[in-house]
Amino acid sequence: MNATVAEHKRTKTGAERYRAGVLKYAQMGYWQPEYVPASTDVLALFRITPQEGVEPEEAAAAVAGESSTATWTVVWTDRLTACERYRAKAYRVDPVPGSPDQYFAYIAYDLDLFEPGSIVNLTASVIGNVFGFKPLKALRLEDMRLPSAYVKTFAGPPTGIVVERERLDKFGRPLLGATIKPKLGLSGRNYGRVVYEALKGGLDFTKDDENINSQPFMHWRDRFLYCMEAVNRAQAASGEVKGHYLNVTAATMEDMYERAEFARDLGSVIVMIDLVIGYTAIQSMSRWARRNDMILHLHRAGHSTYTRQKSHGVSFRVICKWMRLAGVDHIHAGTVVGKLEGDPNSVQGFYNVLREPHNPVDLQRGVFFEQDWAGLHGVMPVASGGIHAGQMHQLLHYLGEDTILQFGGGTIGHPMGIAAGATANRVALEAMVLARNEGRDIWHEGPDILAAAARECVPLRAALDTWGEVTFNYASTDTPDFVPTPQVA
Amino acid sequence: MRITQGTFSFLPELSDEQIRRQIEYSLEQGWAVSIEYTDDPHPRNTYWEMFGMPMFDIRDAAGILGELASCRKTFPYHYIKVNAFDATRGRESLRLSFLVNRPPREPGFALVRQEGAGRALRYTTRAYADDRPEGERYSGP
Repeated sequence: MNATVAEHKRTKTGAERYRAGVLKYAQMGYWQPEYVPASTDVLALFRITPQEGVEPEEAAAAVAGESSTATWTVVWTDRLTACERYRAKAYRVDPVPGSPDQYFAYIAYDLDLFEPGSIVNLTASVIGNVFGFKPLKALRLEDMRLPSAYVKTFAGPPTGIVVERERLDKFGRPLLGATIKPKLGLSGRNYGRVVYEALKGGLDFTKDDENINSQPFMHWRDRFLYCMEAVNRAQAASGEVKGHYLNVTAATMEDMYERAEFARDLGSVIVMIDLVIGYTAIQSMSRWARRNDMILHLHRAGHSTYTRQKSHGVSFRVICKWMRLAGVDHIHAGTVVGKLEGDPNSVQGFYNVLREPHNPVDLQRGVFFEQDWAGLHGVMPVASGGIHAGQMHQLLHYLGEDTILQFGGGTIGHPMGIAAGATANRVALEAMVLARNEGRDIWHEGPDILAAAARECVPLRAALDTWGEVTFNYASTDTPDFVPTPQVA
Repeated sequence: MRITQGTFSFLPELSDEQIRRQIEYSLEQGWAVSIEYTDDPHPRNTYWEMFGMPMFDIRDAAGILGELASCRKTFPYHYIKVNAFDATRGRESLRLSFLVNRPPREPGFALVRQEGAGRALRYTTRAYADDRPEGERYSGP
């Protein structure tokens, strides 16, 4: 051990290490600046805010300890294990640019600390006890590197972007959806009317909202029956495959399986769950979807309680990684230009994590680790919340082609009706893709391209007249630390 | 009705010049273009007839437009689509697929409902033109 390392940061060894009492976490072996992570290690990057007087290396060591093998005092029973291997190792601490009280702590975990194929086991370690630990004011899990050896223990998305497109026979453009509004209160019969109009008008999908389950105004079986009538009517009217995300979220797994089976028996191509059902339930539904040839849509209900603030919680890019492992086909991942939180660079980082076969380090987009997805299918990101046809060029520019653009209010609130709202969105999208492929500069010419398309399409003209100027320009809270945050529009 | 399968079916019919630009874009991406036709446009009919093999080795749009003209001449009242295939690992699928020909009159689809137990329904989508044999389903104006 390097003699220049201060005593309180140096790992003690032998009898000295196991004398009963309390040691610093660094002295217990959780701070290993010379450690070179193995290719099979799980790596985590935490943003730590130590309490006054706590050195960053000790705080990082404490996070490593509390998220792996440590307790607050020395225990001799460590010596019955290969404890040096099982200890997580904090191996690097960097100051956060522009935030003097915060540090990035890199921690390596041996692969054998985790049960294969289990998100709940991974999270019970890395975000288990440690987030309430007193010597830290705040703690945020920013990113993770999941080694191929671990990725290969997960089945991943049951359908994936490529197979979903093949099943739907829809290529070359983002898919279009809408969430049925009002999200609460419609009867099954009226709800299905909105589904029919939106799909017939040109959308590919409609969607239940996160809190539509089985309420007094509309029981789930009623909803499923009316929605599938609407889906099938729209398919016959257009000659296209259509779908409605039937939300099967319920109080118990038994209820969820019952609802999912009913959706399957009615011929639905897709079912939906909410993030709040929990990681184990998500993995169970993923397995069910794989067995039943279903696309699995995930609404990220609840995530902002822990993803939004930069100092404490879990970054959404980590949730994206966990959900790609857990195996969902769609996940809401931000719009950049809509009404909900989403800085452009961070959102593009989420999209890359969900879709790409391999992610290089990309600090500008908040991606701290290289990640090889080892053949795991991609997840289709869903852009939803306060977007409209007038933003089509920005949406295509920021989000690319493999995404689902969901215009809820932007379809159902159209002055000429729901079907017209859907047609406006579809025409705007196809016109923009056509122009992009022709080599036009859609970022600058977008409004002209939309105006030209609107000359052939009255519903699009009405949409642009109604919403053309609507923007949501607020500062984002969750932004990367390495570049100035760009303006949206 | 108007069948709206394909990437650009909500736009006015593409001119040959517009089709050429989409083919050129596909070739620039390194994709292989193919032409398929059918008179069974059921939304779940995956396997349209191939008008020859995918043109892996034709790298200019003019050659592909020549094939398209020949397909249109042979099957003037069929549905015809242009596909672009991307053989990149992890994709190995179509990247673009758009209709370039359709019959002058499209009768569309009937939705057949079979009433089941409870209020459940089994749905069948059936093309009105299916009553006639393949090759005789759609005709000129």
